[in-house]
Amino acid sequence: MSGAIVSLRNVVKRYARGKQIVDVLEKLNLDIAQGEFVALMGPSGSGKTTLLNLIGGLDTPTSGEITVAGQRLDQLKEGGLARWRARHVGFVFQFYNLMPMLSAQRNVELPLLLTHLSAAQRKTNALAALTLVGIADRARHKPNELSGGQAQRVAIARALVADPTILVCDEPTGDLDRKSADDVLHLLQMLSREHGKSIVMVTHDPKAAEFAGRQLHMDKGALLEVGTLAA
Amino acid sequence: MKYLPFIWATLWRKKTRTLFTLLSIVIAFLLFGVLETVAYAFAHPASGLSGSDKLITTNKYSITLPLPFADVQEVRSVPGITDVTWITWFGSYYQESKNFIFAFPIDTDSYFGVHKDDFIISEEQIKAFRETRTGTLVNVALMKKFGWKVGDKVPLHSTIWTQKPSGSLDWTFDIVGSFDVKDPSQASAQAGTMWFHYELFDEGRSFGNGTVGWLEERIADSSQSAAIATRIDALFANSSNETKTQPAKDFMMAFIKQMGDIGFVLHAILGAVFFTLLFLTGNTMMQSVRERIPELAVLKTLGFSDGRVLGLVIAESLLLCLLAAGIGLGLSFAVLPIVAQGLQGVHLTPDALPPGIAVAVLLALIVGLPPALRAMRLNIVDALADKR
Repeated sequence: MSGAIVSLRNVVKRYARGKQIVDVLEKLNLDIAQGEFVALMGPSGSGKTTLLNLIGGLDTPTSGEITVAGQRLDQLKEGGLARWRARHVGFVFQFYNLMPMLSAQRNVELPLLLTHLSAAQRKTNALAALTLVGIADRARHKPNELSGGQAQRVAIARALVADPTILVCDEPTGDLDRKSADDVLHLLQMLSREHGKSIVMVTHDPKAAEFAGRQLHMDKGALLEVGTLAA
Repeated sequence: MKYLPFIWATLWRKKTRTLFTLLSIVIAFLLFGVLETVAYAFAHPASGLSGSDKLITTNKYSITLPLPFADVQEVRSVPGITDVTWITWFGSYYQESKNFIFAFPIDTDSYFGVHKDDFIISEEQIKAFRETRTGTLVNVALMKKFGWKVGDKVPLHSTIWTQKPSGSLDWTFDIVGSFDVKDPSQASAQAGTMWFHYELFDEGRSFGNGTVGWLEERIADSSQSAAIATRIDALFANSSNETKTQPAKDFMMAFIKQMGDIGFVLHAILGAVFFTLLFLTGNTMMQSVRERIPELAVLKTLGFSDGRVLGLVIAESLLLCLLAAGIGLGLSFAVLPIVAQGLQGVHLTPDALPPGIAVAVLLALIVGLPPALRAMRLNIVDALADKR
């Protein structure tokens, strides 16, 4: 696929578990276009999270090429990957992973500490991100004062605030009830459609996957295209 | 500075634990401030004498051994000496042994000749002192401390000198005036001082008559002090009462060292306190980082580099230690006047407090570095594996 924001070529990932070598991904190829919303499904241990880690620059492949937002991630070292993540990736986790001692607004400001923005600009941008996800009225609340759905919206605002190229979501609805899950998925869909954000989402939930424009199935380290919906 | 709110919030993540850790460091630095200042005061004593134009002559082998009164005349003959006076350690207290008084028998004329620039005292009071055989001049701070006033009779109990013929250790004096020091830095060193007549003392004591404790000399040219000291000691070389002449400050040092190595004792106590503190604070920091491994991993996913995460943990340790040290040292500075009251004759200054900040930084680095390195080396994938 030409003009892909994510491009994986012959990516191999092996782990050493004691003396045993575990093949997680085997010569995997994948392209994801700008603004595409991709759902990644598959059984536990199939390699979904490993693939997500590689696309998000949290891990490096054993071999193969990974290009995301024009940058060869397989050639970057830790410091370069950290700078690249700060600029290009927003992460959303199943359990939100918000800082419990910070308010929603301060949590959203965290990625902006790595920029040269002033305190006032950081606050403004954080509130804008919270407004975008529809939770600005809870800006002063701490995570333990928010519902699961609200906390996940804050996490999405944190992922968005630095205007990343791609959102990487690992089971973002796994800890939510159906109603909250649907709200979050609609939000992700809106970000993809209206704001052109590329999104890669790992999920076990077929209903959640239906919100994506494209569904991929992983099994034993290999990818299988399931379906493409009109985005 | 932009990280400060985040570091501050992280520090107070577990409020009770942080508060108790903070308190323990505060107490350690309160102790540090007080003990280090006392050690500094013992190592850098104020002589009670201002200027570098004063020498003190004692027995060569111990300041507790007396010198013959006849030495005074011989010392007077040394070129470069303008005045000589003589004093003996009286060793006394008022009512209770805790009320130690630095009472000295002095020879009026020669004493004020040597110390003419050191004290504030009226001519009328000096005149009254000359005219009253049992008279005493008392430092204004001592007058205030015991609520004494001119005309009061003050009984002192000497720990050394018995009177003849009764053998009593109790001596009674009449307050005829008070004095203050001109140099404020000498105020605490002189705060417990009072003077009475040498004649009364020498005639009244049942032993040691005709001897003096030490001599104090005023010299015309302070640059000649070493040469003059050598000349004085040469006068008594190979006699049964060899002397040691030294600047007033050195004399005070030798005097204080009689009490033992105060600095060593105080530093040993501080060493034990900080050794314990290292384990306490170090354990707290390690536990704090261990509990936050998923949060630290999240920071890394957001783009915080290994070095930045290391810096954040070190900064947290620095903030905790510097905050606690600041409070502790501030408290110690506040209680110094109370400590000074209990250490009359020792001149306390806050000069020893700045090193406390350096100790706080060192403590922060020692206790902060191991957890900071652990945080820096954190593998994001492994750290997030249990909580995503």
